[in-house]
Amino acid sequence: MSDILNMKALELAQKIKAKEISAVEAVEAVAAAKEAKDLKYNCYTSFNLESAVENAKTVQKKIDSNEDVGLLAGVPIAIKDNICTKGELTTCASKILYNFKPPYNATVIEKLHKNNLVPLGKVNMDEFAMGSTTETSAYGETKNPWDVTKVPGGSSGGAAASVAARESVAALGSDTGGSIRQPCSFCGVTGLKPTYGAVSRYGLIAYASSLDQIGPIAKDTADVAAIFSVICGKDEKDGTSMDTTPFDISDIISSKSLKGKKVGIPSDYFGEGINEEVAKSVMNAAKVLKELGAEVEEFAMPIVKYAIPTYYIIACAEACSNLSRFDGIKYGYSSPNAEMLRDVYIKSRSEGFGMEVKKRIMLGNFVLSSGYYDAYYNKALKVKGLISKAFSEAFEKYDFLLGPVAPTTALKMGEGLSDPLQMYLGDIYTVMINIAGLPSLALPCGFDSSNMPIGMQLIGKPFNEKTILEAGNAFQSATDYHEKMPETV
Amino acid sequence: MAEYEIVCGLEVHTELSTKTKIFCSCTTEFGGEPNTHVCEICSGMPGTLPVVNEKVVEYAVRTGLSTNCTITQNNKFDRKNYFYPDLPKAYQVSQLYLPICQNGYVEIHSSKGGMKKVRIKEIHMEEDAGKLIHDAYSDCTLVDYNRCGVPLLEIVSEPDISSADEAVEYVEKLRDILRFAGVSDCKMQEGSLRADVNVSVMPVGSKEYGTRTEMKNINSFKAIHHAIESESARQIDLIEDGKEVKQETRRWDDTKGYSYAMRSKEDAQDYKYFPEPDLPPLSLSDEYIESIRKNLPELPEAKKARYMNDFGLSEYDTGLICASIPLVNLFEKTVEITNNPKDSANWILGEVSKMLNDTQTQPENMTFRADSLGEIINLLNGGKISRDSAKKVFKAVFEEDVNPAEYVEKNNMGMMNDTSAIKSAVEEVLKANEKAVNEYKSGKEASFNYLIGQSMRALRGKAPASEVTKILKELLS
Repeated sequence: MSDILNMKALELAQKIKAKEISAVEAVEAVAAAKEAKDLKYNCYTSFNLESAVENAKTVQKKIDSNEDVGLLAGVPIAIKDNICTKGELTTCASKILYNFKPPYNATVIEKLHKNNLVPLGKVNMDEFAMGSTTETSAYGETKNPWDVTKVPGGSSGGAAASVAARESVAALGSDTGGSIRQPCSFCGVTGLKPTYGAVSRYGLIAYASSLDQIGPIAKDTADVAAIFSVICGKDEKDGTSMDTTPFDISDIISSKSLKGKKVGIPSDYFGEGINEEVAKSVMNAAKVLKELGAEVEEFAMPIVKYAIPTYYIIACAEACSNLSRFDGIKYGYSSPNAEMLRDVYIKSRSEGFGMEVKKRIMLGNFVLSSGYYDAYYNKALKVKGLISKAFSEAFEKYDFLLGPVAPTTALKMGEGLSDPLQMYLGDIYTVMINIAGLPSLALPCGFDSSNMPIGMQLIGKPFNEKTILEAGNAFQSATDYHEKMPETV
Repeated sequence: MAEYEIVCGLEVHTELSTKTKIFCSCTTEFGGEPNTHVCEICSGMPGTLPVVNEKVVEYAVRTGLSTNCTITQNNKFDRKNYFYPDLPKAYQVSQLYLPICQNGYVEIHSSKGGMKKVRIKEIHMEEDAGKLIHDAYSDCTLVDYNRCGVPLLEIVSEPDISSADEAVEYVEKLRDILRFAGVSDCKMQEGSLRADVNVSVMPVGSKEYGTRTEMKNINSFKAIHHAIESESARQIDLIEDGKEVKQETRRWDDTKGYSYAMRSKEDAQDYKYFPEPDLPPLSLSDEYIESIRKNLPELPEAKKARYMNDFGLSEYDTGLICASIPLVNLFEKTVEITNNPKDSANWILGEVSKMLNDTQTQPENMTFRADSLGEIINLLNGGKISRDSAKKVFKAVFEEDVNPAEYVEKNNMGMMNDTSAIKSAVEEVLKANEKAVNEYKSGKEASFNYLIGQSMRALRGKAPASEVTKILKELLS
């Protein structure tokens, strides 16, 4: 059974289709892996085995009657705990939603069902996706499978770690400022942050609405592309969603060369603060891209230095508004110590939210207050425009961009939270991409001297995931970083 | 005492009469058991997203075009953040920075004589909140989200209003425009039209406005009038006493007839407005706006002018018909069928109004087929039925929505149109009344009327009087 967890999603789907493995066996294999390992890694926040088995049986029936079930039928997939699953706990890893069971599915969950995948288990995250370490979860921190004294990254730490620890076959995460890519980088797995709007946000509990995107995390680019092709597309329930450039999965899998592609490397991504081993690995990856036929050159992108403040102003402003609905009145945690209305608000929120969330709510309220709005929020919107412009200028010259995901490999537990400024700076290479709304594929490109994975990202033009997925597959067909797994797992 | 003038501006909120809510497909129907007209979107459940109801946008544009506004081709929504249990998301989606309509006006009669323009600063779209209900029995407050997400327009005037009368006329004009444009039924008793009133006073001729106060959520013409009179008098008293008017929000208590302070400017809430990231900006093309302009229903001013000039109705009758959209619709249908505006108006202001009165029915609740009234008038004017029968038929139409022609047939109310039958009946009458015939022939005119009466009786009133007269004259000559 443990073989099943070592398979890639497409491979597993083929075996299920060929009836070598049943969909129920796949679900049970994940349950067994979770049982065996999750005390150690703490990837899951809840696990809906019964309904998953039921869903798997339904899928199996379709397979048995030779229906056209699609590319990934029967594949169990873990879901980040901020994506709504009907009738099942969806907590954002927060005490304030400790008992919340939404009466609706997120659009991505509906799409998974429609394509015969089997959602199984909710995975851990930083509370309300605020953090880069998965240490702010009300369920306790997730451990990095490569070294349990280190963080898995965040906020989709449970999703990335579950794939790395072979506790899940693949997962859905969400990325607001790097929350898919950075944990992928820290855990040595592959993940896609799609173009803003390419995947419906309906049912994703919002952190920062103008930056949030749901995306897949898996063992390689082909799996990521396959899952993305299932969840993408315009949704009438999300006015900000759009159709993305369609592609055939066979185009991605057969992509082995980068002949004719022009790749830009923003030299400002290698400035102060980047770890030398990380820089070296990414530059090595650039060589691989050249060997695959691409033309690679560096270019200046000085606006990088404004990315962090711009991101935190926009994200916190939206967050403080998005999180206001958690008021102790309609659902979730309501303080038993409150009598009057004002108390219900203050106590429920004070007791229900963790420190990092409170910090960002306060920051958001500050930048939106009258008298400060123009100095902060409005200015951040202007810089957002400049950042988008810098990228569109770059894309006049390049087909895609290459850069590191994070300046370092995984930090020790506790290190980030004790030095929040350093932790925020760790998002410098990822937040830009959310601000500009671009797609970006994170994939492993090496290991540091303590054998911790290093990740790189391929940044694409808006609604052109196809190009970076092809490039990712070409890179992975020439390298084996993505095939490595933690020895202890 | 110095002479003062009132400076008043209004923010009028109106509920749009779309079938569904502004951001979801729940019904906007008034009433309903608490929390039955709600879904995960309008109740603000986590993860849900709004999608704009295109009808709301269309109605907003229609309203803007009907009030001489410029349509903002790139407009967008903003969030107004505040905590209150009737607001499940803890923010209201509204439009602050780029409202959909700007710079319009409505013309009213000036208190100083002549006409004046009340400028409209902007019209924006927003969502309504729910309702708190205090349950005395269990001593707790309950919340009903049925109204959450019902689409509202807020129509903000410039401070161009100088008296309570002007304010009332302005709101009446707006109400007429909204109803004729078909965007709102403006039922004040259901709260679908309400006003926030801003009032200040200044010495006559002053260039500088006084400090203003705001009274929120006033929902009748009488209350608007009363509130402005009372608040301006209060402010004048303060100034005359050498005291200061404080900028504040006041609550108008219409039953007590005075306002009291709610919160001062210092306590004013900071709503932390910012652009709503869940809704893309609305981009309205020239073609879209023009297509709405082309299909704009006839507005009150134009309609009234047409009724008076083309149909020859009096201003009074025109006003009575135009007071109610269902009556306007019935009138126009009836004119279309009869091609007789005068008779149509007379019937509506006569029999129709009488039946509405007698049965205590609102015009909105008339249930009969609109063509019926015209058909009855045509039967009457065509000599097919008598006036008495016409009234009886209308009663049946009003009460049971019968088909007039079928009803006349079934109840044998039709007039005799067979001249030979009428002639033979009249001949019988002449035979039986030789005395009167002779009197008439010797010059006694009154005997002719007697013979008509006898003939009509013999015909049981079912022959047209004109025809009977004609035949009688022939036979007697």
